Amino acid sequence: MGNRTIEIVVGLFMIAGLAAVLFLALQVSGLSPQSGGDRYTLYANFNDSGGLSPRGRVSMAGVTVGTIESVTLDKKTFQARVSLAIDADIDNIPADSAAVIRTSGLLGDQYIDISVGGDMESLQPGDTFYSTQSAMNLERLIGNFASGR
Amino acid sequence: MTDRIAALGRRGLDIIASLGRSGRFLAGVLAGIPRPVSGFPLLVQQLYSVGVLSLPIVLVSGLFIGMVLALQGYTILSDFGSEAAIGQMIALTLVRELGPVVTALLFAGRAGSALTAEIGLMKATEQLSSMEMMGVDPLRRVIAPRLWAGFIAMPVLAVIFTVVGIWGGMLVGVEWLGVFDGAYWGNMQSAVNFVDDVLNGVIKSVVFGFVCAWIAVYQGYDCVPTSAGISSATTKTVVYSSLAVLGLDFALTAVMFGDF
Repeated sequence: MGNRTIEIVVGLFMIAGLAAVLFLALQVSGLSPQSGGDRYTLYANFNDSGGLSPRGRVSMAGVTVGTIESVTLDKKTFQARVSLAIDADIDNIPADSAAVIRTSGLLGDQYIDISVGGDMESLQPGDTFYSTQSAMNLERLIGNFASGR
Repeated sequence: MTDRIAALGRRGLDIIASLGRSGRFLAGVLAGIPRPVSGFPLLVQQLYSVGVLSLPIVLVSGLFIGMVLALQGYTILSDFGSEAAIGQMIALTLVRELGPVVTALLFAGRAGSALTAEIGLMKATEQLSSMEMMGVDPLRRVIAPRLWAGFIAMPVLAVIFTVVGIWGGMLVGVEWLGVFDGAYWGNMQSAVNFVDDVLNGVIKSVVFGFVCAWIAVYQGYDCVPTSAGISSATTKTVVYSSLAVLGLDFALTAVMFGDF
C-alpha cells in the first residue's frame, strides 16, 4: 500500500474519531450549541423539593420548555427556592400558572411541570410562581394514611 | 534456605531495576520528540498499523457489547417496568467504564503485543544496534513514533467503541425489543453530562493508551534477544497492560466519580 493511501486512511480514522466525539456531545449528552443563550429566569418556592436537581427538565403540557438552574434553601422561610431557565420564545406563561413537581414513571427523575392558568397577564423575567405544588412524598402519604389524617 | 531468601532478594532487585530502566527509557523517548516535520510520516505509518488496523476488532466488540448490554438491561429493567431507562444505562456504562477499559484490553492484545514482538525482533536481529552505529537514534526513529501512535490512537478507538456500542444498544433495544425511540435518547441525554461523563471517559482512555503503549515498547526494547525472550516479552506485555489498565481504572474511577 502506498504512502499516500496510508495517509488518507489515517486521516479518515482521525475524522471518524472526531465525528464520534461530536456524536457523544450532541446526541448522547444532549449538549446543544445554543443551550444557555436566549433564556429568562423564573423562580418557584416549594415546601419540599424532593429529588429535584439542577439540569432537570421543565415542561408544559409534556413539552420541555426549559431547565432547572439551581435548587437552594431560602434561609428566611425554610423553603426550597428553585430557579428555572425558560426558553425566551415562551414569554406568555399566564401569571396564575402553578409549578408542580412530578415524577416521570415510577423510578424516573423528578421534573417541574407548569400547569397553565387563565390570567390575561403573563409572568415577567425574574417573577416568582404564585402557587406551587411540592413533590409527592410516598412516606408522608403512607404516614398520613396510617395516622388517619 | 539462604539460597531461597537470596533468590527472593534478587527477584525484588530485578523488578526495581526494571522499573527504573523503564522510567529512564521513557524519559529518553520523550526527550527525543521534538522533530515534528521529519518524524511525521513515521507517526502516520504507526498510527495506521496501531490504530486503523485495530479498528475492525474494536468495531465488532463494541457492537456486540452494546447489544448484550441492551438485552441484559431490558431483562432486568422490565421487571420494574422501566425499560425506558435502558438508554441511560447503556450510555453511562459505555461512556464511563466499558468504552475505555475494554478498548484498552483489546488494544493491549491486538496492538501492544505486535509492537513488542516487532521491536523485540528488531533487537534480536541487531537492527537497533546497527541504527546506533549509523548515528540514528533508535529511540527517536523506532520507539517514539510507536509510543505516540498508541497514545493518540487509543482515545480515538475508545470513543468509536462507545459510539458503536450505543448504536448496537439502540439496534437491540429500540428496533428489536420495542423500547420507545424518544425515551431511549431522551433519558440518555438527561443522564449523561458531557464534562463529567464523556470527558472523564476520554481522560481515562488517554491514560490507558499511554500506559499500554509504554509497556509494549519497553517490553520489546528490554527483552532478552532470543526467540524465547521475545515470546515471554509479548506475554508480559499483555499481562502487565491488562493488570495496569484494570488497576488504574479503579484508581481513576475513585478519583473521578467517588465524591460521595
